[in-house]
Amino acid sequence: MAPVVSLKSVHKFFGPAERPTTIALKDINLEIHPCEFISLIGPSGCGKSTLLRTIGDLVEPSSGEVTVNSKPARQARVNREYGMVFQAPVLFEWRTVLKNVELPLEIMGVPRAERTRRGREMLRLVELQGFERHYPWQLSGGMQQRVAIARALAFRPALLLMDEPFGALDEITRERMNAELLRIWQETQTTVVFVTHSIPEAVFLSSRVVVMSARPGRITEIIPIDLPYPRNVETRESPRFFELVTLVREALRKSEEMREDIELR
Amino acid sequence: MEVSLPRPRRLLRLSPAISVILIILSLAIAWELIKLIFNLDKRVLPHLWEIAAAFSQPARRGGPPLFNVLLEAALYTLRGALLGFAIGAALGFILGTVFAHVSLLERSLVPYVVASQTVPILAIAPMVVIWLRGSWLSVPVIAAYLTFFPVTINTLRGMRSPDPRAVELMRSYAASTWQTLWKLRFPAALPAIFTAFKIAATSSVVGAIIAELPSGIQQGLGGAILNFNQYYITGPERLWAAILMAALVGILLFVAVSLVERFALRNIVRAA
Repeated sequence: MAPVVSLKSVHKFFGPAERPTTIALKDINLEIHPCEFISLIGPSGCGKSTLLRTIGDLVEPSSGEVTVNSKPARQARVNREYGMVFQAPVLFEWRTVLKNVELPLEIMGVPRAERTRRGREMLRLVELQGFERHYPWQLSGGMQQRVAIARALAFRPALLLMDEPFGALDEITRERMNAELLRIWQETQTTVVFVTHSIPEAVFLSSRVVVMSARPGRITEIIPIDLPYPRNVETRESPRFFELVTLVREALRKSEEMREDIELR
Repeated sequence: MEVSLPRPRRLLRLSPAISVILIILSLAIAWELIKLIFNLDKRVLPHLWEIAAAFSQPARRGGPPLFNVLLEAALYTLRGALLGFAIGAALGFILGTVFAHVSLLERSLVPYVVASQTVPILAIAPMVVIWLRGSWLSVPVIAAYLTFFPVTINTLRGMRSPDPRAVELMRSYAASTWQTLWKLRFPAALPAIFTAFKIAATSSVVGAIIAELPSGIQQGLGGAILNFNQYYITGPERLWAAILMAALVGILLFVAVSLVERFALRNIVRAA
């Protein structure tokens, strides 16, 4: 099967072209297959958010090729082939919860009745039925983030890009949201690219964890997570889970050492 | 996150109507006290009841009471102010929106917009009157000159206010500039725009009154103020009455804009 996302020797420099000040991404090669759940993990400044944004054509790579569903990233964005969730919910405060979820459908010109039907369906999916007419400020942080997920899924994109979506939540809410995201992922059969800096979160959610390192931002290791789905509380307490967490942690430490080598040279 | 802050305990719990009356009363007492303590005569500060009484007396021998004269003048001026406000608000909104989208125009034109406001309106007004051949239109044009500025600046600021991620979100939907404007920038800018409208509402009245002077217009509050200025020594309370009327027109416009604002922003809760 053709990959959903394919990155071929992608570089991203910031600053003047002839003498860049930062190498945000260096020689990124990655293929993401349908229905995979990929986590990008690494220290801050390793370019994981930039990488996510290049996939979404919100940042243009300096060189290399990014394709989404076998099309250039730009074309895929124009075709609305992915949904985006940020660390903050970024809900429009003047819109009700339902109207927020309907926003992308409105932009795509979906008729009103269909919009409302799908908006309600998505709110059911994230278990927020009954909150349609509430305003964002009336909801807790976790609920707001669920609205943001419903909004990203409203037009049924095949790809979901998530930039530390649960980073601002407390540990308990975060674990609940993790479980809920896995359920939604399996129900909707989407491919997810998920940026995080929490090791247990990456292990619990992903089918593969992509470990990145900073300065220059690059992929140092890709770790397949062989925990069986569906995953639940027991998964978090299984020995294999801890082994994998240790594996990712060591990979992160190793990539950190590589960075020091470069700086010493 | 739901956070409930403890409300500060108020010393007095009063209905808004009663507190307004109390404030007016204390201002009136302060007025009379200052007059008493510094022994100010009628020409410096007339008694409040003298001003009140002046409203019911004829402005000139055999004419209608001053109140009727001033009310008519106020309505006349209000017309110019309202049209000026509408023109200025529309112009300001369009300029602010264009500047928010075209930074080249913003950088090159905003300095002139600012400069326009440093020129005293008194210097501009006679020119406008001559350009418009002394027609009544110079009144709304001059009022608009004063009102477009705050609206331009606040529209620009408001349109730029959305979270950068909200802009990215619209981009991820491949939303057009037009859609981003109407669905994101405009609603996000509304609180700032209404703040500007409230400032503009009061300055439009000032603009209309000033514009009436070089235009030689007698029917408005500008004419009345000029007229009573000349007779200040013999009847200071009439000028004070005219000033009071001008203030009332300004307050009326301000309150009207506030009511529209409260309706338009009824769903947006601002952090206290």
